[in-house]
Amino acid sequence: MSATLAPPSDTSPSGTSAHRRTSAARRSAWLAVSLVVLGLIGVASITFGAREIAWSDVVSALSGNDETLAEAAVAKRIPRTFLAMLVGAALGVVGAVMQGLTRNPLADPGLLGITPGASLAVVVGMAFFGLGSPMGFTWVAIGGAAVAAVFVYVVGSIGRGGATPLKLTLAGAAVSAAFTSLISAVLLPRIDVMDSFRFWQIGGVGGATAERTLQVLPFLVVGALLSAASTTGLNALALGDDLAAGLGERVVRTRVVAALGSVTLCGAATALAGPIAFVGLVVPHACRLLAGLDHRWLLPSCAVVGAGLLTLADVLGRVVARPDEIDVGILTALIGAPVFIAIVRRQKARAL
Amino acid sequence: MSTLDVVTTGRVRRSRARLLAALGIAVGVVAAFAISLMVGHTFYGPGEVLRVVLGETVPGASFTVGELRLPRAVLALLVGGALGMAGVTFQTMLHNALASPDIIGVSAGASAAAVFAIVVLHLDQGLVSLFAVVAALATALAIYVLSYQDGVAGTRLILIGIGIAAMLHSVVSYLLAGAAAWDLPAAMRWMIGSVNDAEWSTLAPLAIAVLVLGPVLVSQAGNLRLLQFGDDAAAALGVRVERTRVISILAAVGLIAFATAAAGPVAFVAFLAGPIAARIVPAGGSLIVPAGLVGALLVLGADLVGQWAFDARYPVGVITGACGAPYLVYLLVRTNRSGGSL
Repeated sequence: MSATLAPPSDTSPSGTSAHRRTSAARRSAWLAVSLVVLGLIGVASITFGAREIAWSDVVSALSGNDETLAEAAVAKRIPRTFLAMLVGAALGVVGAVMQGLTRNPLADPGLLGITPGASLAVVVGMAFFGLGSPMGFTWVAIGGAAVAAVFVYVVGSIGRGGATPLKLTLAGAAVSAAFTSLISAVLLPRIDVMDSFRFWQIGGVGGATAERTLQVLPFLVVGALLSAASTTGLNALALGDDLAAGLGERVVRTRVVAALGSVTLCGAATALAGPIAFVGLVVPHACRLLAGLDHRWLLPSCAVVGAGLLTLADVLGRVVARPDEIDVGILTALIGAPVFIAIVRRQKARAL
Repeated sequence: MSTLDVVTTGRVRRSRARLLAALGIAVGVVAAFAISLMVGHTFYGPGEVLRVVLGETVPGASFTVGELRLPRAVLALLVGGALGMAGVTFQTMLHNALASPDIIGVSAGASAAAVFAIVVLHLDQGLVSLFAVVAALATALAIYVLSYQDGVAGTRLILIGIGIAAMLHSVVSYLLAGAAAWDLPAAMRWMIGSVNDAEWSTLAPLAIAVLVLGPVLVSQAGNLRLLQFGDDAAAALGVRVERTRVISILAAVGLIAFATAAAGPVAFVAFLAGPIAARIVPAGGSLIVPAGLVGALLVLGADLVGQWAFDARYPVGVITGACGAPYLVYLLVRTNRSGGSL
């Protein structure tokens, strides 16, 4: 079954089993390479920052010491690095799942208004319902993400042609604008806490603690499992709903599982790091070049590359503006928007 | 009655109806302006307000009305008028309600440049406006060049504009977050637009821009309307197509930039004013002046609502944003349902 559903690169005329093996070997190699790069970025994230730290201090901090200032700085950077990797991996996978689900090259949780929805839900919960625990944040963020996702999809798919990239992106932009205004309206009268809330408007990983990350981790795992369960279904959906149904794929079930997975991941990531846009857009496009179109390979590859990208953006944000920091949400927008424009330029006007 | 008479009387009747509608909006603007001068912590009657405006010294009222409320109301009036006129120019020229400068990133360019000039370079208002104008023109040019591919498709231009806007918004966020202190009023002005702390000195460049560029736009109104029939038809009717287009874009971008440098990117006014004016004013004439009036009414009204309708005081951009975004969603739903190509 899965062999017939494999993407074009595998069903080319020379798609023999030998060909498939070499292609699998190539993909494994790429995955291994990206894992190594991710490891290097992780080391860089622990080493570089506002304070220069000698290699010996890094090693001694990693073995559990935190007596000197340098070692303490490293100890503080470890949860931050871990958080950036988790959030980046989650956003990369969400982007790939959403692009597959909507067959839309411009899908991104930030652009489609889903992360702003999660952000608004958290801000409202904090301001009016005394929400304070990471657990509470996560549930509320997932709820907000789900409501926003359904709303944007409904608005974007009304009328002829269903959910075209243009209609979905515009609906997402409109909904984001509305949510951003509402976030400001909720935050403004509460000037005293504005500074901690600011985080919910930009997105960053600076406030990471190990406990908070661990509390949200189960949600990320559930979301990742749901997304993984939808991979073969997403491959079938790429052929179009009718053909997928004709091949025996349960289209509605695939859609629901994939949507639940991406909303859970997106809500949890937003609860951890605030709204971060464009990672979900850029990473899948890069990964399709490396790993091909098969979602069974694409999702793990997106997770690794997404983790690498967000961690790298965080390191850059710490190094470029020393001793200040640039929030990671700002850097991802600066990196991601040109990619978005390039993708738009590549599309034919009619396909939008 | 001959056919000619029927046509002439019909034309006179319709242009009279348009004039009446525009006058109706103008009355609304005057009323909103008067109310914003009278209402506040202390209420001053129309007589006292009029005396202050005419230059007499009235104890108490001279300061409150003359120094606090009057600059604020004038700023709201000018910003609304500038954004309304510029927005409807873009929408008419690109045949698309979504192609307003606040959606396609021109306002974001002006706002990023203004923040840079203030926070990093510490320039004064005149130079800030100049910076904003140059940046807004550069942004508009960049969007045009990037979306040019065998001609400019409206959809591509809008999507690329959204991308550029996202990038520029993050530049604004960075500049504000990196500023010495997280100065809330300033931050709010540059994130969503506000007419708080209006002063005569910040007003001056915008006032000059509206007085110069407004008439320029109005002078192009007739040609702009003919352009809607297509470049060839307009040229056949005697319009110098490229000249009209360049003058209109320059004037509209200038208005956006000066308004943004004075009050920040007041959300959705440029986007809303044109469509609202089109609903009120009977079809057939130029919408530039009615849209300017509607824009002024929107900003004045939203500022009144933001200041006095709730327990907390909200900057005007929060109110226009909260009203504008649902309208944008509604517009999308309606256009999608009728199967129109966006």
